[in-house]
Amino acid sequence: MNNSLSAKQRMAIPRAEMPTIDPKVRCGNFDEVNLGLSMVQAVKEARRCLQCKGRDCVAGCPVQVSIPEFLNALAAGDLPRAAQILLNDSALPAICGRVCPQETQCEALCVRAKKGEAVAVGHLERFVADWAMAHPEQVGMEKAKFSSSKKVAIIGCGPAGLTAAGELARWGPEVTIFEALHETGGVLRYGIPEFRLPKAIIDAEVARLKELGVIIECNVIIGRTLSLEQLREQFDAVFIGNGAGLPVMLNMAGENLKGVYSANEYLTRVNLMGAGRDPSSPTPIIRGRQVAVIGAGNTAMDCVRTARRLGAERAMIVYRRSEAEMPARQEEIEHAKEEGIELVTLTQPLSIRGNEQNWVAGLHCQVMTLGDADESGRRRPTPVAGETFELAADVVINALGTRPNPLLTATQPDLLLDEWGNICADENCVTSLPGVFAGGDIVRGGATVILAMGDGKKAAKAIDRYLWGLDQPSAMASR
Amino acid sequence: MFKVIENQLLAPHLHRLVIEAPRIASARQAGQFVIVRSGDGGERIPLTIGDANRSRGSITLFIQAIGAGTRKIAETEPGSYIQDIAGPWGQPTHLEKWGRVACVGGGVGTAVLFPLVRALHEAGNQVTSVIGGRSRDFIILEEELARFSAKVVVATEDGSYGRQGFVTLELAEMLEDPLRCPDAVFAVGPVPMMKAVCEQTRPAGIPTIVSLNPIMIDGTGMCGGCRVQIGGQAKFACVDGPEFDGHLVDFASLIDRLSMYKDHECRLVS
Ligand SMILES: Cc1cc2nc3c(=O)[nH]c(=O)nc-3n(C[C@H](O)[C@H](O)[C@H](O)COP(=O)(O)OP(=O)(O)OC[C@H]3O[C@@H](n4cnc5c(N)ncnc54)[C@H](O)[C@@H]3O)c2cc1C
Ligand SMILES: Cc1cc2nc3c(=O)[nH]c(=O)nc-3n(C[C@H](O)[C@H](O)[C@H](O)COP(=O)(O)OP(=O)(O)OC[C@H]3O[C@@H](n4cnc5c(N)ncnc54)[C@H](O)[C@@H]3O)c2cc1C
Ligand code: SF4
Ligand code: SF4
Ligand code: FES
Repeated sequence: MNNSLSAKQRMAIPRAEMPTIDPKVRCGNFDEVNLGLSMVQAVKEARRCLQCKGRDCVAGCPVQVSIPEFLNALAAGDLPRAAQILLNDSALPAICGRVCPQETQCEALCVRAKKGEAVAVGHLERFVADWAMAHPEQVGMEKAKFSSSKKVAIIGCGPAGLTAAGELARWGPEVTIFEALHETGGVLRYGIPEFRLPKAIIDAEVARLKELGVIIECNVIIGRTLSLEQLREQFDAVFIGNGAGLPVMLNMAGENLKGVYSANEYLTRVNLMGAGRDPSSPTPIIRGRQVAVIGAGNTAMDCVRTARRLGAERAMIVYRRSEAEMPARQEEIEHAKEEGIELVTLTQPLSIRGNEQNWVAGLHCQVMTLGDADESGRRRPTPVAGETFELAADVVINALGTRPNPLLTATQPDLLLDEWGNICADENCVTSLPGVFAGGDIVRGGATVILAMGDGKKAAKAIDRYLWGLDQPSAMASR
Repeated sequence: MFKVIENQLLAPHLHRLVIEAPRIASARQAGQFVIVRSGDGGERIPLTIGDANRSRGSITLFIQAIGAGTRKIAETEPGSYIQDIAGPWGQPTHLEKWGRVACVGGGVGTAVLFPLVRALHEAGNQVTSVIGGRSRDFIILEEELARFSAKVVVATEDGSYGRQGFVTLELAEMLEDPLRCPDAVFAVGPVPMMKAVCEQTRPAGIPTIVSLNPIMIDGTGMCGGCRVQIGGQAKFACVDGPEFDGHLVDFASLIDRLSMYKDHECRLVS
């Protein structure tokens, strides 16, 4: 294939459009909404890349994926090479290509975004990663060498833990992941719904890790089943990637009415336990006709779109700012709107109303307006005096966010935490305990998949150096 | 995978299972529970660790098979395996040398009570166990409790065994008798029973601990589904409990939330 195009020719190619399932059809199932680019579309899209010397896009990616390089290989139709470059930089590109907020990361800095549309880096990353998963023999993945007798324990099987395990296993130490739930994947499994991230991708990654010799032990809670101290005795190093699994409660009247869920509970019932999705699942879920989701992040969008798929006639996002300030990924907001999700903006719920049987009946809401920008740079919502209204709902879902779960950290008083309860770790994921490393949401608070993976990768490097005595036992011990 | 070593039927639908789970056996303390999933597609069912044998590496569960989930677990034959058992979850029982302690158990609550009775006895308390059930067939663990109790009193609703009536009857008499009046009360059983016991002990301000059983999923404090109102504050029973000061519990809200899925079939939009 011919990849020697002029800049002008490249500029003339319009951005590829991701084919999706028809919104009417997809509201009735949990199939992945994005169908993926075709080979022809992908190569054409890759040719839109100007191969800039400045590599601006790379600076926007938290793990510095070699974007122009893999796009160049793809533009030339050389998929094995594109895959090798990509897999060398990112542990789980099939996942990042799907869930990264590209519009604020790599694609935000793409020079083509200045005059028109950015190169669709995310879609192309997904394309190459999916191809690599379907053609493992052409990519030539490394097998574990098991050259060392060192042992590393990893706490939590989310993206941070999975990435750290994958990196380490390739270099030699014996790696064991301990996971509290009965399933792998962390938020990727119990939080993000199938229609955005098919679970087969996590299964494939877990299978690959097992092939590399990684041992995965589910149903083991560190801090309960085994203590962190026990792990420190039995392993040469420990990585903590136990996430931020603790819901922030609404703390408003009516929170205990029947039909009020935290996002974590709602999504766990549906995603992990199959409630409402798999007819054979014994786990129940209340399917509302009018579902109000409080919040406007990815989690809120996942809940409201799930509610729609469970049959809600009205599925609503209730948010105190306007659509422009919504923290969810652009694509999620667009898809939600296509699916008929209502955005009830500039609305602050004050309390949840119930009926005589203590079932949710609706939200009592305050009308808001946007004032001046606050510290975060977003315009501050302020109440419009005297303007309140009632919003009918029979299910209310709280998607206000999560905080670090203290289950493990509370058992280890000498592990340094910040004021919010996150583990303090330096840029190499080194904590205040010698031989103990941490990364992902437990360090950053609720962040992103790619940042958790980036931490897993950095931690693996730091652990490797630590195991061979190349670094101080703990850079933070002296703080 | 966790191997079932013994499975014994103690009373109608009530099974005693001894299961190989060495890590949990050595980590658990009285008052804690496990979450059990019989196999793929199964529910996550919270069950109190009734007893544990560290040297044998086993735990004992008492299971009342009331629904599909508990039935599946209770049906596991010795030599077969249960797919998932995670724990120990929850706070251990707060043990103190109170002096005279009354331990009141109703139905399967008696099984949840058993590890508490044992631990309270071992902490130097003089324990009176008061256990109740519908009829003689539903009285469980009488002999086992006798090993750690100064006295075991049985009450059946139909009078087929022990004294006739509810466990609260016996407790009322104990509270009136200065020689038998307990310094602390532990109550485990159906919510209305625990509520009644708390009302009995409230006037005299006798410390009363109850073990709550809200609907749970993860058990890690991640979902908030098991929240209960304690003294006006939301607590997660799986990590803050399951034992709480009974005088602070909002029982009405607990009963209400426990009924959430009772008629859920009819709330499904077809
Ligand atoms: C609904 C939802 C949607 C999201 N959507 C996006 C998105 O589109 N894009 C994006 O980039 N990010 C998204 N995020 C954020 C992203 O999922 C997280 O930032 C990421 O999963 C953090 O990874 P982690 O490995 O640190 O933790 P987690 O994924 O939380 O995994 C931690 C694991 O550790 C286990 N664990 C906890 N405690 C213990 C213990 N004591 N012992 C053993 N195991 C333990 C947990 O069970 C869990 O499996 C979303 C989050 C949610 C909740
Ligand atoms: C901390 C804790 C410890 C427990 N210890 C024990 C124990 O040692 N032995 C034991 O037999 N049971 C125990 N239980 C109760 C047990 O978990 C429930 O009986 C079980 O979850 C019911 O599941 P199922 O699928 O068999 O029944 P389902 O079909 O789900 O329910 C059958 C009926 O029980 C009700 N129900 C559902 N969940 C609960 C619940 N958590 N509590 C009370 N009623 C419920 C339902 O509304 C329904 O009416 C404990 C519960 C908790 C929270
Ligand atoms: S990992 Fe995410 S941010 Fe980085 S290039 Fe890929 S899609 Fe962009
Ligand atoms: S900034 Fe955009 S056009 Fe330039 S190399 Fe990166 S992806 Fe290609
Ligand atoms: S069961 Fe989910 S928080 Fe307690």
